[in-house]
Amino acid sequence: MSNNADVRVVVAMSGGVDSSVAAALLVEQGYDVVGMMMRLWSEDTVTGGAHNRCCTPEQMNDARRIADKIGIPFYVLDTKDVFRNTIVEYFIDQHRQSFTPNPCIECNRHIRFKWLLNNALALDADYLATGHYARVVESDDGEFELRAGIDHNKDQSYVLSVLGQEHLKHTKFPIGEFPKPDVRKLAEKFGLPTASKKDSQDLCFLGDGDYRRFLSVHAPDVMKPGPVVLTNGEVIGEHNGLANYTIGQRKGLGVSYDVPLYVIATNPYRNALIVGTRDDLGKDNLTAKRVNWVSDKIPTEPFRAEVKIRYKAKAQPALIEPLPDNRLSVVFDEPLRDIAPGQGAVVYNGDNCIGGGIIERDEA
Amino acid sequence: MPYFSEIYGNPSSSHSFGRKAEQAVEDARELVASILNCKASEIVFTSGGSEGDNLAIRGAALTRRQLGHGNHIITTPVEHSAVSRTMEQLAVVMDFAHSVLPVDDLGMVDVEEFAELCKPGTTIASIIYANNEVGSINPIPQIAEQAKARDVWLHTDAVQAAGQLSLDVHALGVDLMSISGHKFYGPKGVGALYIRDGLNLLPSQTGGSHESGRRAGTHNTPFIVGMAKALQLAYDDIDTRIAHYTQMRDRLVKGICSRMPDVTRTGHPENRLPSHASFIFEGLDSSQLLMHLDMKGIAASGGSACKTGNPEPSGVLLSMGFKPEQAIGSLRLSVGHKTTTDDIDYAVDVVCEVVEKLYRLNRETLL
Repeated sequence: MSNNADVRVVVAMSGGVDSSVAAALLVEQGYDVVGMMMRLWSEDTVTGGAHNRCCTPEQMNDARRIADKIGIPFYVLDTKDVFRNTIVEYFIDQHRQSFTPNPCIECNRHIRFKWLLNNALALDADYLATGHYARVVESDDGEFELRAGIDHNKDQSYVLSVLGQEHLKHTKFPIGEFPKPDVRKLAEKFGLPTASKKDSQDLCFLGDGDYRRFLSVHAPDVMKPGPVVLTNGEVIGEHNGLANYTIGQRKGLGVSYDVPLYVIATNPYRNALIVGTRDDLGKDNLTAKRVNWVSDKIPTEPFRAEVKIRYKAKAQPALIEPLPDNRLSVVFDEPLRDIAPGQGAVVYNGDNCIGGGIIERDEA
Repeated sequence: MPYFSEIYGNPSSSHSFGRKAEQAVEDARELVASILNCKASEIVFTSGGSEGDNLAIRGAALTRRQLGHGNHIITTPVEHSAVSRTMEQLAVVMDFAHSVLPVDDLGMVDVEEFAELCKPGTTIASIIYANNEVGSINPIPQIAEQAKARDVWLHTDAVQAAGQLSLDVHALGVDLMSISGHKFYGPKGVGALYIRDGLNLLPSQTGGSHESGRRAGTHNTPFIVGMAKALQLAYDDIDTRIAHYTQMRDRLVKGICSRMPDVTRTGHPENRLPSHASFIFEGLDSSQLLMHLDMKGIAASGGSACKTGNPEPSGVLLSMGFKPEQAIGSLRLSVGHKTTTDDIDYAVDVVCEVVEKLYRLNRETLL
């Protein structure tokens, strides 16, 4: 495969700047590039006109125009059933259990790097490329490493921590080597019409970024009022559904008290929101399940590394101990205030993302 | 093509440039009329099949209601959306009574059922000549006989039939018939509507008195000339073309069915468009199938031309009694007058390989 023209790369296109530049870079590098877009979700507008942001007809047209401009074939695949059954149902079910899910992690696990990757390979592709800010580096001993994107502000390795060797050897992240401003400049250089589009944020299947509205439409049972309880057991008010809250949240609790209150925990069995003062917050340990190790090798000994507990969190130094049944435990050097069950705990060695799992709830 | 450059005049102008263009348009009209076996004055040039369908149906329904003939209109569930949406608009927005004549599992209407559905006050029926998705040919002459006996105007959408079936409007017995240039190797974006002498249609598009006041808008001279020429070429050796289409199509069907005995064929096995083959691969998603075929150089269609990845199961197939999960896996292939046996054999190989691969892939990635 010395000649790039003999190497077929399927690029997942969203119509946005990042994936468009990724596609254009691959064309410039001489690969045999095919654009694909997944039609993941189309929310009915009967409830008030808020379309989902991803894979709208406009974005489809944008992606198709870009594919035409850079001269690659472009196809839209119907992914709605599998996306609904795995990601949207997961998102709702996690909220039902009062977790704070990260659907992007699951989408990469089940949709992009399984369903789409398989479709790409079936199309005789050698690689699947996406517009993620991350890097794949092949080490001297032939192992594929997942690295943070050069632009640390944009780094998306957190949501890619579910990938293993079988994925990474078929994966390209063409823009991971660039800072975001350079990606915008590249879009201009390639004459891509998305050069001035604003960055996308939040979950792709939410029209307005408001997951609370989404849940109240698609899973109204999740929004069931219940008691707001102090850590000493005193009931001080009523909440309007546990899904409205996440650990460490201070604003919008709807109770008045003489000192600022924070969400300490949720108790889905009693449908109770447990709040406390700043001193009650903070926790220096967690356990995680469904753990993936990027190298496919399970570490045998505890080791020191850094752990991110949210997509936008800073990696914090900790001691990591692998546990049986694909679990791990983390003890941080310093307590953290917002460890939320359902989010990913992703392990780093500097820029090197070595794996991660889903944070469990402490069974008190 | 002098009509893009030297002969640029507007056919409606009285100066010499205009007169030359006008002559070209009128020659084209006579040519089209000769193939449809009608008078030149019975031909109106349009922007294509959709416009012809709109003008015929809406024009007839509104005129006849105005004259007190009635308020009832009839169509089938296997029409092109240019017909079905026009009918729906008449029903929903303009309060027409709208009946849908059912089709059988081959996608064809029954003459007796049609006759029974007509009642006093039925003004216009639109029955597709040959369906674009499944290829079946409707018994238009027999339907026309029943329509005539009941004073119902009959329109047929002959877009898919043009270039393959007889367009003799007297043999067909229709009152209105639309065709589109691009279905017989003519230009895209031009068509013709046959309007039987004496029929008065309220124009869809109002304006100048072009086309005897039936269709306002400056003539697209080069496209009209091109369409007429293409129609002439198609019908000059129509028997040769039909024989070639049939031979290629039958080879394609035989090849696919012999290698994949489980495939479902849709539409009538014989009484169908000679160039047209249609299948259902149950459990496959046609958007996926079309992508793989395109990557191998085969341009095919699914239910209808849908590239949004948001496939609704084809209404045509549902109305024939197929289940939604079957309808999603539809594939139609058509042959052309330059298709060779090598092309067919390649297509058979590719279709069979891709279908088998996708069945395997779906089994492996079932979630």
